[in-house]
Amino acid sequence: MSLLETRGLTAFYGDFQALFGVDLVLEQGEIVAVIGANGAGKTTLLRSVAGLNPTGSQAVRFDGEAIGGMAAYRVARRGIALVPEGRKLFPSLTVEENLLVGARTGRAGGWNLERVYALFPSLAQRRAHLAQQVSGGEQQMAAIGRALMGNPRLLLCDEVSLGLAPLVVNVIYQAFRALSEDGVSLVVVEQDIGTALAAADRVYCLQHGRVSLNGRPSELARERISRAYFGI
Amino acid sequence: MVGWIDTVIQGVLLGGLYALFAMGLSLVYGVMRLVNIAHGDFILLAAYVALVFQGAGLDVAAATPLVVAVMFLGGYVLQRGILNRTLGKGLLPPLLVTFGLSVVIQNVLLQIFSADSQALRAEALTTASLRLGDAIAIGWLPLGVFLVALALGFGLQWLFARTGFGRALRATSDDQETAQLMGIDHRHMYALATALAFALMALAGVFAGMRTSFTPTDGPANLLFAFEAVVIGGLGSFWGTFAGATLLGIAQSIGFRLNPGWGLLVGHLAFLAVLVLRPEGLFPRTR
Amino acid sequence: MSAGAKLVTRATRASRAAAVAGAIALVAGAALPWWAGSASMRLLIEFYCFVIMAQMWNLLAGYGGLVSIGQQGFLGLGGYALFALANHAGLNPFLCVPLAGLLAALVAWPSAKIVFRLRGGYFAIGTWALAEVFRLILANVSALGGGSGQSLRAMASIAKSTREPAAYLIAFAALVCALAAVYLLLRSRFGLALTAIRDSERASESQGIDTEFTKFWVYVVSAAGFGVVGAIYYMNILRISPNAAFDVSWTAYVIFIVVIGGIGTIEGPIVGTLLFFVLRETLSSYGSWYLIALGAIAVVTMLWFPAGLWGALSARFDLHLFPVRRWLRQVP
Repeated sequence: MSLLETRGLTAFYGDFQALFGVDLVLEQGEIVAVIGANGAGKTTLLRSVAGLNPTGSQAVRFDGEAIGGMAAYRVARRGIALVPEGRKLFPSLTVEENLLVGARTGRAGGWNLERVYALFPSLAQRRAHLAQQVSGGEQQMAAIGRALMGNPRLLLCDEVSLGLAPLVVNVIYQAFRALSEDGVSLVVVEQDIGTALAAADRVYCLQHGRVSLNGRPSELARERISRAYFGI
Repeated sequence: MVGWIDTVIQGVLLGGLYALFAMGLSLVYGVMRLVNIAHGDFILLAAYVALVFQGAGLDVAAATPLVVAVMFLGGYVLQRGILNRTLGKGLLPPLLVTFGLSVVIQNVLLQIFSADSQALRAEALTTASLRLGDAIAIGWLPLGVFLVALALGFGLQWLFARTGFGRALRATSDDQETAQLMGIDHRHMYALATALAFALMALAGVFAGMRTSFTPTDGPANLLFAFEAVVIGGLGSFWGTFAGATLLGIAQSIGFRLNPGWGLLVGHLAFLAVLVLRPEGLFPRTR
Repeated sequence: MSAGAKLVTRATRASRAAAVAGAIALVAGAALPWWAGSASMRLLIEFYCFVIMAQMWNLLAGYGGLVSIGQQGFLGLGGYALFALANHAGLNPFLCVPLAGLLAALVAWPSAKIVFRLRGGYFAIGTWALAEVFRLILANVSALGGGSGQSLRAMASIAKSTREPAAYLIAFAALVCALAAVYLLLRSRFGLALTAIRDSERASESQGIDTEFTKFWVYVVSAAGFGVVGAIYYMNILRISPNAAFDVSWTAYVIFIVVIGGIGTIEGPIVGTLLFFVLRETLSSYGSWYLIALGAIAVVTMLWFPAGLWGALSARFDLHLFPVRRWLRQVP
C-alpha cells in the first residue's frame, strides 16, 4: 500500500478550477518531485493534500485512510507536514519559538530542537531572533525545521529553493537526502527542474491542473520534460 | 497635600479594578482582533451570577471560583458557538452581533432582576482598611483587587511568553491557517482565549459588585473604562494596559475630588488627550 | 443606435414602478396635515426620524464601513442646539432645525480628526466614548437644565394648530431631503467611491480614491443628519434631558433597523423602520421582552442572513427600487 495516493483530485478556488483530476502515488521512503510552470496547480495540490483546500474524501488517501477534505489540523496530527510557499513563519515569534510551535502536533518521534539545530547549524546561532529578522535561507531552514518538529511521516515542501542562493539550496537538499534515509517521505514542489530531478526518485509534471508527465528522472529525456512543462 | 496623595492612591487602586476589566478585552483583541461590545455586560453578568450563588447561601469567597468556572465555560461556548462564525467576514458581523448580545443581556437581566440596585455582601472585606499614618486609609478590598490584578498581569505575561499554549495562541493570532498546519485547531484556540478572558471578567465583575452597587444597565460603563484603559496604555502589551488602567483610575479619582459631577468626565478627557497627542498609547508594544 | 448594441442604464422595471408610487406618496405625505389627525402626525414624525437616522447610519456603516455606536452624540447635540438657540438666543424654533444640523456637522469635524485615530471595533467604542463626553458636558451646563433638562419654552407662544403641522412638514421635508441626498450621493462618483471603499479599502486607494477624505465626509454628513433629527424629535416632544438625548438606545434601535432591514441598500432602512414600528406596536405590552426579541433577531440575522430582509427579497426577486447601480443592457 502506498503511503500517499491521490485519485482524481480536483480543486476549485471559487468558480475557478485549478486541478482537473490529478493522480499521484508516493511510496514510503520516496522523494517525489512535482514540477510545472507558474499557475500549473502545484501549490494547490499540496494544499489539498494538507487539508487547506476542500476536496472529496476519497481523493486523497494517506496510509490507506481517506483524508480528503479533512481539517488541516487533523491532517497534520496524522503525520503530514506542509512547508508552505513563502515559508509563512510566525512573525511575532522567534526562530526557536517557531520551531517549538511545530511540535504542537503532539506526535511522538525523535525530532527536537537539538536535532533540528544539528541538521541546520546556522539556525542555532539565530534562535533568539525574530523570524523575520533572519536571512531568506535561514527562514527556509526554520520553516522546514518547524515542520520536522511535528514528527511527520510525510513532508510536503512548496518551492523551498525560491529566492535562495545555490549554496543554501544545496544545504537544504542535502538535508532532504538525510531525511529520506531516515524514513521520512517527501513531496518536493519546484520550479527549478534541475534541482528537482537531481533529488527525486520520481517526478510528476503538472500543466494547467493536469499531470502531463510522470516517471523516473533517469528514464525521462529533457526535451520530453520541457514539452510536458511548457505544453509545447 | 496629604489629601491629594490619598486621592492618587485611591486612583491607583481603582486602576487595579480597571486593569481587570481591560485585560480580558485586550486579550481577545490581541488573539483574534475581535472587539466584544458586550464585554462590559458580561462583566456585569458575572456580578449577577455571584448574586445568585449568594442568594443560594454561599458567601462571596466560596461563590467566586464557581462564578469563574461558569464564566469560563460560558465564554468557551459563546466563542465556539456564535462568535467564531463572525470572524473572517469583515468588520460588521462581530461588532453588530456583540452589540445585539449587549442589548439582550441588559434586558434579560432587567427582566429577571428588575432595575433595583443590587450589591454583593462582603462586609468584612469592604469596610476593613489598612492605615498609613493618620490621614490615609487603604481599604483591604481595593488593595486586594490591585494585587490580584498585578498577579494576573504577571501570570498572563508568563502564559503568553513562556508556555506552549501561549505560543500556540500567538501563532494562531499571527496566521491562523499556518497554525493549522502545526496541528493547532484554531477554533478551539479562539474559544480558549475567550474562556480565559471571561475568567478574568468574572473576577472583575465579582470585585466590582463588592465595591459598589449595580443595576442591569451598568454594563456599557464597564466597557468604556476597559476600552479607555487599553487606549491610554497602548495596544499589544498587558503591562501597557495595566498602566493605562492605573492612569485612568487616577484621572477619575482626581476628577471626583475636584467635583463629584466631573469624575467620569476627567477620565474621558484624559483618554481623549492621549488619543489626540499620542494615538498609539503611552506604552505600546514596540515588537 | 443599432440593434444588438449595449447600453449602460440604471432604471429597472421595478424602479420605474417605484418612482410612480413614490410620486404619489410624496403628494400624499405633503398634504397629510389636511387629511390626518394629531396622533398620526406625531407618529409619522417619529417614523420619519427613524428612517432618516437609519439612512444616515447605513451610509456610514453599510457604505463607508465605519461602525459608529455614538451617533446619539450628534442627535443630542442637535436637540440641545435647538433648545439653546430657541430658548436662549430667541431664534425661531423651526429655523433652528437646519442650524442644528450645521452645528452637529461643525462638531463632527474635529471629532472625526480625533476618533479616526482608532480603527475597527475600537473606533466604534471611541464614538460611544465621545457621545458620553458630550452628555457629561451638557449635563453640567445649568443654563440648559443640567442633569434634568429643560422644556422648549420658545414654543409656548406658537399655537398648537400652527405648531403641529409645521413640525410635521419640517420632518417630512427633512425625510425627502435625506432620501434624495443619499440617493444622489450614491449615484454619483462619491457614491461609487464609497462602495469601492466598502468592498476593499486597499484596492480603492490603489485606484486613487482618497479614502480618508471620503470617510471623513461621510462621518460629517451622517452627523448632520442625526443633528437635524435630534432637533426635529425634541421639537416634537417639547422637552429634552441629557440622559434621554444621549441614550445609546437610539443607536441600538437604528442598528437593529438597518441590520434587519438590510444593510448597504437604500430600501433596507425603510423596510427595517416599517418592521420596527410594527413590532413596537404589537409587542409594546411586553416591556423588555420586546428588546430581547429585537436583539436576538438582529444577532440571528447578522449570522445567517447578513443581507437582511430587503437583501433577501431583492436577491430573490431581483428588485431594485432605488436605482443606484449601473446595468449593461441589450438595446432591442
